[in-house]
Amino acid sequence: MKKAKFYSALMVGGLLLAGCGNDEASKVESEETTQSENVESTEVATDLTAELQSYQQFALEQMDQFLIETEKFVELFKAGDIEGAKAAYAPARMYFERSEPIAESFGDLDPRIDGRLADIEEEGKGKEEWSGYHKLEYALWEENTTAGYEAVADQLLADTKELHALVQTVEVIPDLMITGAVDLLNEVSTSKISGEEEIYSHTDLYDFKANIEGAEKIFEILRPKLEAKDAALVTTLDEKFKAVDDLLANYATADGGYVSYLDLTDADTKALAAAVNQLGEPLSQMGIVVE
Amino acid sequence: MTSKHDEKWYNKKISRRDMLKLTGAGVAGVAIGATGLGGVMKVMGQDVFEVVADDSTTENKVNFYGTHQSGIATPVQKHIYFASLNVLFTSKAEFQALLQKWTPLMVRLMNGELMVDHATNVRVPTGDTGEASGLDASNLTITVGVGPSLFSKLNMKQLQPKTLKDLPHFPKDQLQENLTGGDLCIQACADDPQVAFHAVRNLVRAASGLVEIHWSQAGFNSFPAHEGTPRNLFAFKDGTGNPLITDKKAMNEIVWVQGGWLKNGTYLVARPIQMHLETWDRTSLKDQEATFGRHRESGAPIGKKDEFAKFDIEEKDLEGKYIIPETSHVHLAVKSGAKMLRRSFSYASGVLSKTGTHDAGLLFISFQQDPAQFIAVQNSLGRLDKMNEYVTHRGSAVFACFPGVEKGSYLGEALFNSL
Repeated sequence: MKKAKFYSALMVGGLLLAGCGNDEASKVESEETTQSENVESTEVATDLTAELQSYQQFALEQMDQFLIETEKFVELFKAGDIEGAKAAYAPARMYFERSEPIAESFGDLDPRIDGRLADIEEEGKGKEEWSGYHKLEYALWEENTTAGYEAVADQLLADTKELHALVQTVEVIPDLMITGAVDLLNEVSTSKISGEEEIYSHTDLYDFKANIEGAEKIFEILRPKLEAKDAALVTTLDEKFKAVDDLLANYATADGGYVSYLDLTDADTKALAAAVNQLGEPLSQMGIVVE
Repeated sequence: MTSKHDEKWYNKKISRRDMLKLTGAGVAGVAIGATGLGGVMKVMGQDVFEVVADDSTTENKVNFYGTHQSGIATPVQKHIYFASLNVLFTSKAEFQALLQKWTPLMVRLMNGELMVDHATNVRVPTGDTGEASGLDASNLTITVGVGPSLFSKLNMKQLQPKTLKDLPHFPKDQLQENLTGGDLCIQACADDPQVAFHAVRNLVRAASGLVEIHWSQAGFNSFPAHEGTPRNLFAFKDGTGNPLITDKKAMNEIVWVQGGWLKNGTYLVARPIQMHLETWDRTSLKDQEATFGRHRESGAPIGKKDEFAKFDIEEKDLEGKYIIPETSHVHLAVKSGAKMLRRSFSYASGVLSKTGTHDAGLLFISFQQDPAQFIAVQNSLGRLDKMNEYVTHRGSAVFACFPGVEKGSYLGEALFNSL
């Protein structure tokens, strides 16, 4: 389940908040802190301007690719090319999964594009309100047809275009990056590792890999600042990312993809889950960059 | 998944101030070293392990420091959370560093304190998971032991006590891999179940990447007024035959190891035993008592009135039959001549999907100066024990529990001093 988080704000000129030190910001009181009394109300102490820009650049690139690949996928789907659409499905989604912290910040676009039937039903809605990639996944793998789903495909492309347009205006703030990295791992731990994201196509490992790559990207951007603060943490993160990547590599296929989730044994998923959890703990410490 | 918001929220101007409120971006503490878990501090670039004292002002507190680890000769608490861990490291140095890190954290936990004092950076997770906040020490004890597999993993078999090896197979064993063995154990006992769980959770978290939980089991005990012997789920008193934990002589003869690096330590045997409650509950009281060899209500040996009356297995009736059936659980246990300190807890963990029966039983835990004591009793029970009909042994593990810690030292120091 994803919670919509309003980390992004649309501002004319896209002024960056981090380290701006303007009067208004420093006057804000910490009434909404969840921590103990001794939390001081101060700004982010580190200037992360360059890092935020790098991440924004990455997100824009991913979104460009996501739109391009989604267009291709929808084209194949609407042409009734079931095998072609199946082959295009998981790779296209990876661009979305990599930049999910950004995509997530747009209220209902994320569920419209990436909602699972289980999520829709959880909200008390029926199948008819379901849209996006997973509905087309259902059509392809479960019903083995594209007929009758053309409107869903059109809607997916329209939603993707809207998301792409919105991301152009997004403003990245430190929390989006810091929280985003851990959120990506949580995505893996809660839905990918259990095979609950791609229940018809069983392409969960593609999403898994993309989520990890998204977290890794954030780490790479913050690396120089982290090195200065805690070199040991960087070493640990390098080791733990490598451990996850090495494990995933065991399931890679010749065409650059991944084996079906159904091919994994309990021992396989347990090992993957453990590696992700061991990465998550140090990853959650990346917030020290703002100290 | 989506919040209630105006459909075109992105067209709304959000003021800088609202923005800060939405994200908490206006809040960030500045504190060096407040992010990681406590235990290690950097002083002039060197790792220094903090020394935490037992806090005598704490309510319901068991002391950490002493000749022996706590949780053995400690009055039994109401709850246990027992965890068997596997280590992910291969060097002795990493193991030593882990125990040095754990030592002050254990003292803090047993003081009812947080693992680390409040951190001020809200952008990183807190050093303590927080669920024991506001609870007192609840007589928390933490007991750590090492299993036979650890010595081969860390390439220090020369220090593995000869008596520390996997327990043999016993009749009626149906051991599951996911309830058997382990490189390390943490036994957390407390009068509050959340305090016990919190201790294990936080020690495991502090060792992220170094250990993984192999199996764990929560358990409970209930005590009648005036500190009577607790009853297991078969309703029989469990622990009547124990040595008195205040009897130093008996404890030295039965529980504490007398020499080597394990001196003042002990061996812990842990066995999750499934109890077939449904079959037990349709057994007549007479048969139940014949199964144990004791009266259910009083706990007294059959034919006696007092729970602590001498258990005379030779006693016969006028017809020359044993008064306490030869196949009864206690008769066979006493016959072995071996003694141990039992410190078991009951568990109830839902329903077994295959049968629809209670998944309930006993987390059997005993302490002895040599696992041979436990083995002798279990072999004596063998195939004869009438109890076999009602129980299935699902798991088995043995651990060597370190000696106690003196202030300024760390858990397991004697082991590393013998390297």
